[in-house]
Amino acid sequence: MAEVMQAADGTPLKRSLARALRRQKLRALGLIAPLLFFVLITFIIPIGNMLFRSVENDIVQNTLPGTIAVLTAREETGVPGEDVFTALYIDLFIAEEQKLHTRLGSRLNYEQTGASSMFRRTGRAVGRFDTGTYTDAITDANPAWEDPAHWAATVEANAADLPRTANAWSRWQAVFAAEGDEIGKRNLEDFLFTALYLDLRDADAAPAGLDAAYDAARATDPVSIKDAFIDADDKWGAPQIWETLTLYAPKYTPGYFLNSLDYQKTPDGIEKRPENEQIYITLFGRTIWMSLLITFSCIALGYPIAWLLANLPMRKANVLLILVLLPFWTSLLVRTSAWKVMLQQQGVINDVLVWVGLVDNANRLIMINNQFGTIVAMTHILLPFMILPMYSVMQTIPPSYLRAAKSLGATNWTAFWRVYFPQSVPGIGAGSILVFILAIGYYITPEIVGGTKGVFISNRIAYHISSSLNWGLAAALGTILLVAVLVLYWAYDKIVGIDNVKLG
Amino acid sequence: MADTANDQAFVEFERVQKSYDGETLVVKDLNLSMPRGEFLTMLGPSGSGKTTCLMMLAGFETATHGDIRLGGTSINNIPPHKRGIGMVFQNYALFPHMTVAENLSFPLEVRKMGKAEREEKIMRALGMVQMQDFAGRRPAQLSGGQQQRIALARALVFEPELVLMDEPLGALDKQLRETLQFEITRLAHDLGITTVYVTHDQTEALTMSDRVAVFDDGRIQQLDPPDTLYEAPQNSFVAQFIGENNTLMGKITKISGDRCEVTLDDGEVIDAMPVNVTEVGQRTRVSIRPERVEMDKSRLMPDVHTLKAEVLEFVYMGDIFRTRLRVAGNDDFVIKTRNAPDQVRLKPGEQIEIGWLPQDCRALDA
Ligand SMILES: Nc1ncnc2c1ncn2[C@@H]1O[C@H](COP(=O)(O)OP(=O)(O)O)[C@@H](O)[C@H]1O
Ligand SMILES: [Mg+2]
Repeated sequence: MAEVMQAADGTPLKRSLARALRRQKLRALGLIAPLLFFVLITFIIPIGNMLFRSVENDIVQNTLPGTIAVLTAREETGVPGEDVFTALYIDLFIAEEQKLHTRLGSRLNYEQTGASSMFRRTGRAVGRFDTGTYTDAITDANPAWEDPAHWAATVEANAADLPRTANAWSRWQAVFAAEGDEIGKRNLEDFLFTALYLDLRDADAAPAGLDAAYDAARATDPVSIKDAFIDADDKWGAPQIWETLTLYAPKYTPGYFLNSLDYQKTPDGIEKRPENEQIYITLFGRTIWMSLLITFSCIALGYPIAWLLANLPMRKANVLLILVLLPFWTSLLVRTSAWKVMLQQQGVINDVLVWVGLVDNANRLIMINNQFGTIVAMTHILLPFMILPMYSVMQTIPPSYLRAAKSLGATNWTAFWRVYFPQSVPGIGAGSILVFILAIGYYITPEIVGGTKGVFISNRIAYHISSSLNWGLAAALGTILLVAVLVLYWAYDKIVGIDNVKLG
Repeated sequence: MADTANDQAFVEFERVQKSYDGETLVVKDLNLSMPRGEFLTMLGPSGSGKTTCLMMLAGFETATHGDIRLGGTSINNIPPHKRGIGMVFQNYALFPHMTVAENLSFPLEVRKMGKAEREEKIMRALGMVQMQDFAGRRPAQLSGGQQQRIALARALVFEPELVLMDEPLGALDKQLRETLQFEITRLAHDLGITTVYVTHDQTEALTMSDRVAVFDDGRIQQLDPPDTLYEAPQNSFVAQFIGENNTLMGKITKISGDRCEVTLDDGEVIDAMPVNVTEVGQRTRVSIRPERVEMDKSRLMPDVHTLKAEVLEFVYMGDIFRTRLRVAGNDDFVIKTRNAPDQVRLKPGEQIEIGWLPQDCRALDA
């Protein structure tokens, strides 16, 4: 049997080693804790949040719980019957009190134009539906119904017989409780009486202590809530909104992602969007394609400079390095705007070309507000991110390799291509990853010099975050961008090998 | 015959000068002529211009003035890759992204050699340095000594007639260095290659070379076989640079043929051999090797001058004894004696008398 190695004090060696290491690890962890915390708050959590938002859809369920329950339970499609409208009436009344109906309207507006105004209008109307007759009939039969205490006691005692009323009452109570309030006399709204009326109509016999109300309900004619809704906005009478509500009933939806890829959900399944509404695939394609172009122009322009930096004498190299870093000292906005001045039709470059006579004054080149402008400006802005990693890798390649290659009989070109270049590839790799990932998510420059043809997907994301306020779609677009980068990174690792990436 | 004349001077430097900055000459008037098959070492302190000379020969630096000839033709205008000179660098310069075999294959590929021929040559070259089993490894997977062997094989694989080595063993430990020194010299002689070897290690230079060129201050101070260099240094720089040496300062008081008398600064008189002193009254630095100092009067010529000396220190070094003396006011006068059974072991404070054969004491420039 193998002896267990022991430390001087008799404890097993393994354990005392583990203890010593643990202390070191804890100390290390303590040192990085602030950064970890910072990254968690500013990076991990927002990304998690974004991933979540891209599929989250509980606003429909949360705002219209009753409606969704009845709507999804039914078999047939098309405009539903009175029962669904009643549930919608109760849901909307409560939502209106909480001012949630407009939010739902905006959310549904992404899926169906006009939904927003429909909800706003209906929200104003629900208070004026003709359901006052129920209220009057019941309170006339028993004035105790004007007292919230009576409501509370009766509804609680007969919850089983009055399902709708109990549900509406408890949700109504919750609304007030959330504000630290109680239901007052004035808050005994028509919809409560409507629920009570419908429950009593459905009951076979009067629940205990509700004889008067039961009789009154029996004696009152029903009011069509469906008609009232269609009255408020006739779109309630068309099947479209009901389809949308059914499609977006679940708490989680792939809708944002489908939308991001130019697809949409329809009652018949997933379908491609009509031609004139397809924009995102084109935008993604353009973003990736232009980012690749930018990366390649950065390699082409940066490689010789990095080589110079690595091979010039120290003093000259330092001056050159400062020139490379100089752009970092000016604001991004200023640099981009400078390109605008340079490239525009009445700009410096065109002026020079016209003056030299290469370009006719009438046909000045269009170099801005298109893809060309974006590529030029972004290549310039991202160039240092390519040069620096290349430089730091090239610095580690001793000149003796080139000399060795030449002494072995290689021409200058062969020596460069077979000996120097392969060793500089890790720098190109690091620079390319950096530039490509920065480019793919770039926003300001395409916004300023890109026009309509040169904008990137990020500009669309920004639009959805700050203008259309469709954060779910923005999150889905962002997630797709993130996945695209990860996939490219993975492919890069497979082809080039991530071990071949060095920052120096 | 013309052929032998060419052989006599395979590599030639004629009045070569080099300046990097246009202000100072790094190489001043270099003249050198090497026959085919010679192993020549450039030895000198750091900064003396050895690497510069090698780089001019390889074609990576251009001579500011003068002519460099290879096999009788001037190579001043031939680019490095056409010179066909093998080179071994101090940091090995093995291409890290290629395997050992690919490294060796490189010079053959650029010469458009066929695959079968390449493989045969690679294996033969690896065999020369006993590294056949490492063909598939990358340089990073080899030890320093192994890398240097591969570098050597790579410089030889395309069968150059001339191989240059710039301090190839500088980064290795002593034992490995000695093994490789031996291997390099063996290979160079077996293959009959002409070799220019640069080092600042005098032992290396003395043990490996057919001839050694001692560099200082951009000039060859002396170019001779190792024994001549050691025993007959032509000036005081060489005398001091090669091996251990005792020096005494004085003035020539008598000179005739190959004998002279030097009066030391404290008035004592000694006998010496004039090397680069010519006339009476000239100041001189006399140089004598520690192992040539004699304490046994019976072994000296009867009419020779002797000096009084006081023993300051006695160091037992195993094979030899190293005794430090005060001689003519010089506290660093060292003598070395063999550890023989009858050898006296001196004690500090002892007064002795020392002398030497006049031909062992060289009167050099001051
Ligand atoms: N590329 C260079 N540019 C300028 N000066 C150099 C260059 N290479 C060497 N020198 C100078 O030339 C002198 C000789 O250098 P070098 O030939 O490398 O000497 P060694 O190899 O004997 O140590 C040194 O003073 C060194 O500073
Ligand atoms: Mg050197």
